[in-house]
Amino acid sequence: MSAVQPDGAFAIHTQALTKRFGTVAAVDRLDLDVRVGEILGLVGPDGAGKTTTLRMLAGVIAPTAGSATVLGFDVVGEGDRARRQVGYVAQRFSLYGDLTVEENIRFFAQVYGLRPSEWTTWADEILAFSGLAEFQKRLADDLSGGMRQKLALSCALIHRPHVLLLDEPTAGVDPVSRRDLWRILYRLQADGYTVLLSTAYLDEAERCHRVGFLGQGRLLAVGTPDTLRAQLPHTLVEITLALPTPDSLRRARDLARLASVTRGAQLFGDRLHVLVDSPADVEDVARQVASEVAIRQVAATPPTLEDVFLAARGAPEEGA
Amino acid sequence: MLERIRALMVKEFIQIVRDRRTLIIILVQPMMMLFLFGYAINTTVDHIPTVIADQVRDQRSRDFVRAVVNTGYFDVVGDVPDAGAARSTIDSGAAKVAFIIPPTFGADVLAGRPAQVQALIDGSDPNVAQTALLTANTLAQARGVQLLAESTGRSISSPLDLRPNILYNPGLQSANFMIPGLIGVILQIQAVLLTAFAVVRERERGTLEQLIVTPIRPTEMILGKLLPYVAIAFAQVGATLLIGTLWFGVPINGSLLLLMLLSLLFLIGALGMGLLISTVSRTQAQAMQTTMLTVMPAFIISGFMFPRESMPQAIRLLSYILPLTYFLEILRGIILKGIGLEYLYGQALALLIFAIVIAALSVIRFHKSLE
Repeated sequence: MSAVQPDGAFAIHTQALTKRFGTVAAVDRLDLDVRVGEILGLVGPDGAGKTTTLRMLAGVIAPTAGSATVLGFDVVGEGDRARRQVGYVAQRFSLYGDLTVEENIRFFAQVYGLRPSEWTTWADEILAFSGLAEFQKRLADDLSGGMRQKLALSCALIHRPHVLLLDEPTAGVDPVSRRDLWRILYRLQADGYTVLLSTAYLDEAERCHRVGFLGQGRLLAVGTPDTLRAQLPHTLVEITLALPTPDSLRRARDLARLASVTRGAQLFGDRLHVLVDSPADVEDVARQVASEVAIRQVAATPPTLEDVFLAARGAPEEGA
Repeated sequence: MLERIRALMVKEFIQIVRDRRTLIIILVQPMMMLFLFGYAINTTVDHIPTVIADQVRDQRSRDFVRAVVNTGYFDVVGDVPDAGAARSTIDSGAAKVAFIIPPTFGADVLAGRPAQVQALIDGSDPNVAQTALLTANTLAQARGVQLLAESTGRSISSPLDLRPNILYNPGLQSANFMIPGLIGVILQIQAVLLTAFAVVRERERGTLEQLIVTPIRPTEMILGKLLPYVAIAFAQVGATLLIGTLWFGVPINGSLLLLMLLSLLFLIGALGMGLLISTVSRTQAQAMQTTMLTVMPAFIISGFMFPRESMPQAIRLLSYILPLTYFLEILRGIILKGIGLEYLYGQALALLIFAIVIAALSVIRFHKSLE
């Protein structure tokens, strides 16, 4: 199986793409380029505009302003041709629960106007690598969360699109199935598919080739996980408390924020992450915290994507 | 285009077969209505429980009681001594009518004075009371003429002789009236409810969103979703007619082809109505409520059960905006009267206009709701 390489460098290209619901801009002048053959992950909190962006690209809703193309086809002006290039998996499971795996796939194949010779072998192939082959006769409603997502992906693949738009494909999926899904995505990517997905999990974003941070409908930063981390203009200090309790952790965070050199401080499980301008400032923060809370360890640490995201959002996060 | 519509239809049929709720609506509801309305709703009143307080007990009073029984409308369920006892049996509900023949009855008849018979009638059900009153009056007149003849010793006949000829339904069978109308009511409920359900289900499950990203055009979507229900509706019309004819003995006097053609016209309007409801309902429960809200008034004011002639002017005017009103006239016209388009063109035209307007409105609204 292989997807045809289309002309042009970008599989998806948006320019000032905007969607307003009433007065609220769910997506606000978004400029996003997805390269052919890459997996790009859109990351952001609920309401950041991830789903709205994907729905506009899939042709479910029309943009209020701006433009977007999929493999060169305008999603509004050439909606039908753009849609043919796209396989879309919505955030909510949206297949027919009262149809079997097989019936769902057949239905979507027929709706795309495929002849049996065009899809039956391909369907077997998809079902085999998604591990659904033995569940063909099972009703979609009786599948586990992970298998449902694989079925949704299979249905989205049946017409051999070149671009996959996946809205939180791993939400509500157990860790084993999640790993399976990623295996499938890498395989598809290796075959030339372009994947644009959204996720609320930052650890998952690390698996993408490139990551785009969305906040309030705008693209805050985009790049490979490594470049994004390298862009962080601060030094990250991880402080481990001697006696980490919820109270002592909160107190430690508040103390850290009082230090003049601190650019941001959040709790990371049972540790405290503090952003400072330079390594020279580490000592200041540690002293400030140690004035009231006993510290076990202070270490400069490589930033996670979450640190980068929070810094990009520019808001001192409240946290637990 | 055709294969997409076909794919949708096949899918819809599979879902119908697997969905218990839809199956019950399709199979059980029409049959239930058919037998309920065919049997239980009997608008002809007879066998009214009656008590007699015969305070004379002579030949003439017994003749009168026999005449009461012979009408077939009154079932004598007991004898009571006097008017007070008669009243209390009606109070208790044991009887709905009481005839009280006072002690003076015999003497009055002999003397040629107007002999009095008192009738107590329970008026809480106007239908029963009307029938009892009419029958009692007719009975009294007939008996009066007979008593007059006996007392004068000459044969007397009433100066006025009415010769009624009841057309179309000579036996005055309720079923003959109810069952043709029932076809309209069943089609109305089924088409609206099933369509609304079928479309709302896709919205509720999120499958509509998945369909939008496929090459399916909205028109194909509407056709593919609704055609299965057209087939089902026609099967229901056929089944109702069949059971109506074979079981209830309702004759089909007019053209079956015309009946089916005009049913299709009515069906288009009803399916459009269902589609319209689906665009304003988020859940199947909401669709159900909205459907009932639109169907119930149609039930009452379309003339299905109650004659429109006796309704207040305002409500009569309202009944003219219901397609069911016209369709009922068509159904009864074709099935009972055996008349054709030469009389029914007005009603057919009304259905055509409704079909076009509702279908257009619903398709426009449906297109908008996809946005």
